[in-house]
Amino acid sequence: MSAQFITDAVLVLVILLNLGMLASSRLATGVKLFALQSLLLAFLPLAEEVLEGQSPGLHAFIIGAGTLALKVVLIPYILLRIIRTGEVHREVEPFIGFTASVFVGALLVIGSFAVAMRLPLPMVPVSKLIVPVALSTLLLGMLTLVSRLKAITQVIGFLVLENGVFILGLLLLKQTPLLVELGILLDLFVGVFLMAIVVYHIRREFDHMDTHLLDALKES
Amino acid sequence: MILVRVIAAILEGVLVLALPPMLMSIVVKTKAWFAGRTGPPWFQPYYDLHKLLNKGAVYSRTTTWVFRAGPIVNLAALLTAATLVPVLSSHSVFGFAGDVILVAYLFALGRLFIVLAALDTGSSFEGMGASREVTFGTMSEPALFLSLIVLASATKSLQLSEMIGPQLFAARGAVGPALLLVVGALLIVLLTETCRVPVDDPATHLELTMIHEVMVLDHSGPDFAYITYGAALKFLLLGSILLHVAFPHPAQSPWIDVPLRVIELAGLAAVVGVIECSMARLRLNRVPLLLAGATVLAALAAVLALTGSVT
Repeated sequence: MSAQFITDAVLVLVILLNLGMLASSRLATGVKLFALQSLLLAFLPLAEEVLEGQSPGLHAFIIGAGTLALKVVLIPYILLRIIRTGEVHREVEPFIGFTASVFVGALLVIGSFAVAMRLPLPMVPVSKLIVPVALSTLLLGMLTLVSRLKAITQVIGFLVLENGVFILGLLLLKQTPLLVELGILLDLFVGVFLMAIVVYHIRREFDHMDTHLLDALKES
Repeated sequence: MILVRVIAAILEGVLVLALPPMLMSIVVKTKAWFAGRTGPPWFQPYYDLHKLLNKGAVYSRTTTWVFRAGPIVNLAALLTAATLVPVLSSHSVFGFAGDVILVAYLFALGRLFIVLAALDTGSSFEGMGASREVTFGTMSEPALFLSLIVLASATKSLQLSEMIGPQLFAARGAVGPALLLVVGALLIVLLTETCRVPVDDPATHLELTMIHEVMVLDHSGPDFAYITYGAALKFLLLGSILLHVAFPHPAQSPWIDVPLRVIELAGLAAVVGVIECSMARLRLNRVPLLLAGATVLAALAAVLALTGSVT
């Protein structure tokens, strides 16, 4: 059980969690899977420095802790709270069926592996899996975003997309200033906060969170 | 030296033939233990087989030779597959390049004849069971073949006894996480093919919800014994393929190898028992999602192995 094997296994697990989110029929399960995925990702910056043979620096530590606090604890807490107090149908209601969206997701994963193999990189990544996993997390987040009706699942899709950006950012951990990373985390938090308020008001106004019905004009 | 190997092979063959009902017994005992019961005696499946073999068979007048051939062809196909699968040691009795395809289709042949026999009775319940069995069988096949592709590319071989033998032990570092995905996919395939919870409930008594059990309602006596034994043998074969992938053994003396495999098989049977106790069977229209999951796991493993993305 080398550190390399564990990093690879974690990255594979991240893809599996993405596909699990596509297959899960409950909103709360989706949020919990996202929290688990972020928990796994929070430890990656530390693992990366260990793999390169250094002791984990302050930079990686702060990124990990910020991810842990925000994406594992705070955002899932807000989302679960909306679902709990929402008193609406807790099922996901997809545009595409679950089995079909899992298959589409698998095709996207295969596609991103094919693209990543041809992608020239300026540096040697710690694990060959980082680029394909980042691309497939991005694409699967996008798929969740467009194929689900509920406002909450669209928030989850956006967060998964951001996780993909985070994985891609691991490549440039050394080069990126700490301030930029923290700025992204702060943006994300503000974004989710605003979306939570919007979702709350959609529900207050229309008694549901179904964005599908928002584009129908209604005079009454 | 050759004599010793022949004797060892014969002993192993006898053990392979004697083991399947015991595995079923372990599953039943685990379930009983979880429910706080004692359960039937350890050798109950053997008593049942003995009883059934001594009975006469009843045949409906509407059935033809297909109905009588079903159980026999199924058992024959599975016994043939048992000579190609390395069950306990890492060697199979026969084996040639490309025998994986034959093994997979011997399983399919056995299923085909069970399904034909069920359709031959003309019972609508059995027709329903046959349709479900074929549907789920079709969906678990891609997962099985994609898993085999991963094993073939890892060991550069198409012979089952090499794909899951010591060669896999040597190659396991190079495949890494892909192997874990294959184990997950094969576990779902095992549960589907042997008609276990969460796909099918072997202990159910309601014909409407049965899959495997409803197809064999009309068989009696020795025919039913062949079917029961065949189902147990299929569990042993698929289970040992799964275990060879999950715990590849290095090349070592069969006197260590075989007892270790037997213990692992007992553990697998106990795990299946625990799965049966801890979850309900899935709603029928959710089963395709589970099987799609298995296919996706295996496909992901195949992508990892074929692109060489894992170091």
